[in-house]
Amino acid sequence: MNLAVQIGALRMQNPVTVASGTFGYGVEYARLLDLNQLGAVTVKGICLGPVRGNPTPRTAEVASGMLNAIGLQGPGVDGFIAKYWPFLKELTVPTIINIWGTTVEEYAEVARRFDALEGVGALELNVSCPNIKEGGAQFGTDCKLLSQVVAACRRATRLPLITKLSPNVVSIAPYARAAEEAGSDALAVTNSYPAMAIDVETRQPKLANVTGGLTGPCIKPIAIKLVWEAAKAVKIPIIGMGGIQDATDAIEFLMAGASAVAVGTANFYEPQTALQVIAGIRSFMERKGIRDVREIVGSVITDR
Amino acid sequence: MLEELVQILANEREVGAYFRLTLLAPEIARRVQPGQFVHIRILPMRDALLRRPFSVFQAAGDNLSILYKVVGKGTAVLSRMQAGDQLGALGPLGHGFTVPKSSGEKPLLVAGGYGMAAMYLLAQRSPRPGVVFVGGRRRVDILCEQEFRALGWDVCATTEDGSYGHRGLVTEPLVTELRRDAKRKRLFACGPTPMLKAVARIADDFDVPAELSMDEHMCCGVGVCLTCVIPVKSADGWEYQRTCTEGPVFDSKEVLWEVPR
Ligand SMILES: Cc1cc2nc3c(=O)[nH]c(=O)nc-3n(C[C@H](O)[C@H](O)[C@H](O)COP(=O)(O)OP(=O)(O)OC[C@H]3O[C@@H](n4cnc5c(N)ncnc54)[C@H](O)[C@@H]3O)c2cc1C
Ligand SMILES: Cc1cc2nc3c(=O)[nH]c(=O)nc-3n(C[C@H](O)[C@H](O)[C@H](O)COP(=O)(O)O)c2cc1C
Ligand code: FES
Repeated sequence: MNLAVQIGALRMQNPVTVASGTFGYGVEYARLLDLNQLGAVTVKGICLGPVRGNPTPRTAEVASGMLNAIGLQGPGVDGFIAKYWPFLKELTVPTIINIWGTTVEEYAEVARRFDALEGVGALELNVSCPNIKEGGAQFGTDCKLLSQVVAACRRATRLPLITKLSPNVVSIAPYARAAEEAGSDALAVTNSYPAMAIDVETRQPKLANVTGGLTGPCIKPIAIKLVWEAAKAVKIPIIGMGGIQDATDAIEFLMAGASAVAVGTANFYEPQTALQVIAGIRSFMERKGIRDVREIVGSVITDR
Repeated sequence: MLEELVQILANEREVGAYFRLTLLAPEIARRVQPGQFVHIRILPMRDALLRRPFSVFQAAGDNLSILYKVVGKGTAVLSRMQAGDQLGALGPLGHGFTVPKSSGEKPLLVAGGYGMAAMYLLAQRSPRPGVVFVGGRRRVDILCEQEFRALGWDVCATTEDGSYGHRGLVTEPLVTELRRDAKRKRLFACGPTPMLKAVARIADDFDVPAELSMDEHMCCGVGVCLTCVIPVKSADGWEYQRTCTEGPVFDSKEVLWEVPR
């Protein structure tokens, strides 16, 4: 049985990774699960320098999901390399580094810095974070800016580039095509959905940032549709994510056209989810007599 | 740190809105240190997905117990669960209290409401008894006083409405005690944030060390999501640290109560 998939030049031994920002830098979960069983480890978003992030409260639980406005707290490139890379580089599975910046030049500079680091699996460009004032979502909701960012990073590195798209657009197809044409090797679909919740006792928003990103099982049907539309628009592979809790959810993404999937919010309440998803995909394939996971990709039957 | 599916052995009302939950959780019970917590997945909550953090109250052999107050969705569902039901438990988590030494300072514990739960293991494992200052709004908020006395500790209770013990705030008899003699004392506190802030100020006034267990909203409980951060002094001014990982227990001198501008 083959579970391995190819995301550009990045080979994953199985189609399951974890979503950026929901798995720290891997090391935090290393005592709870064997990271080398994953398809890849994807780390929290990193920009050039250290970032403190937003004031609290930063997250709030909502029905079948959560809101977050962490504000991309992180150690910056140097802090990451000093503190987390020694652990990550020893893993037998690849690390996908999620990067962001506030200008096109900054994105490219971060990409250049990681290009010089031996052993990185791929770079994921976060052009879709709803929780910071500059950068983030503005690049993901403007096709021209998106092309510029991807093209600049393309020039800055030979590493596989995965462009992580925003769900907050009228149609995802032009963004998917813009990223592909600018040289992206793959897409990640989707980031969190802009949203808000209010505490009626205090009349205050539940997040200090007022609005945040909605994630978890409640966004899954939206994400499935986005993956399906993006897959029809491009030839490059897609990593699908949004609310995956079990193998059935993951297989839905594969059938919609994703070549791999990422488990996000579910890690917070069930750290074993990604491993359970891998085991579940395997037993689904056994049950259906499928020998290669790639046979599932895009296999949804839309005419009836 | 590990994850177990654990069985409820007992889940009974203690008093008022407070419940005592006993779990069969051998791996966590064996490892837990005073001030650490467990992150509980309440499976029947359905559309509320996140785990809830609770201090480990007592640990004996394979059993571990929690003292909790029903305050919202999760704790309400939890209070209706029964012996034989299962919960997901992740723990023991966090950085706990420093266990006192027999030759060291005299421990003074300050607890508000369910903050008492975080204190029991500390009192039990301390080689020298001290005083527990426990406060609450009303009589029902004063928990497990007898269990602390049974460990040989003095208990000084205060209620805001005067229905039990001294009338007033828990920090008032603490100040009286420190005025009498503040030498070679160490404070340990767990309770609502305004109480912790008051304890930090008192510790400063009397120049006694204090360890505070902070109560912040959590999501992952293991340091990855960055929900639970508080501003803490650092080499270059201040930084956000995680209550679930660097805490929940912090040195009172390090905690900044507001984010510097
Ligand atoms: C380290 C630590 C130890 C704790 N120990 C105890 C204990 O021993 N006994 C006890 O009764 N309670 C304890 N708490 C508080 C307990 O976690 C909350 O009362 C509980 O999460 C409320 O859940 P709910 O679904 O009933 O409330 P809801 O208000 O419905 O919860 C909504 C969300 O807010 C969070 N939340 C609400 N109140 C709090 C709070 N005070 N602190 C943290 N998160 C909160 C919930 O976890 C949930 O994510 C502790 C909290 C922390 C951080
Ligand atoms: C707390 C939190 C932090 C996140 N941080 C990042 C981040 O740093 N960079 C990024 O590209 N996406 C980030 N995301 C988005 C996730 O990677 C993922 O796209 C999204 O959560 C959808 O998947 P899910 O529903 O399975 O969580 C974050 C999500 C959450 C919940
Ligand atoms: S609760 Fe996730 S980092 Fe502390």
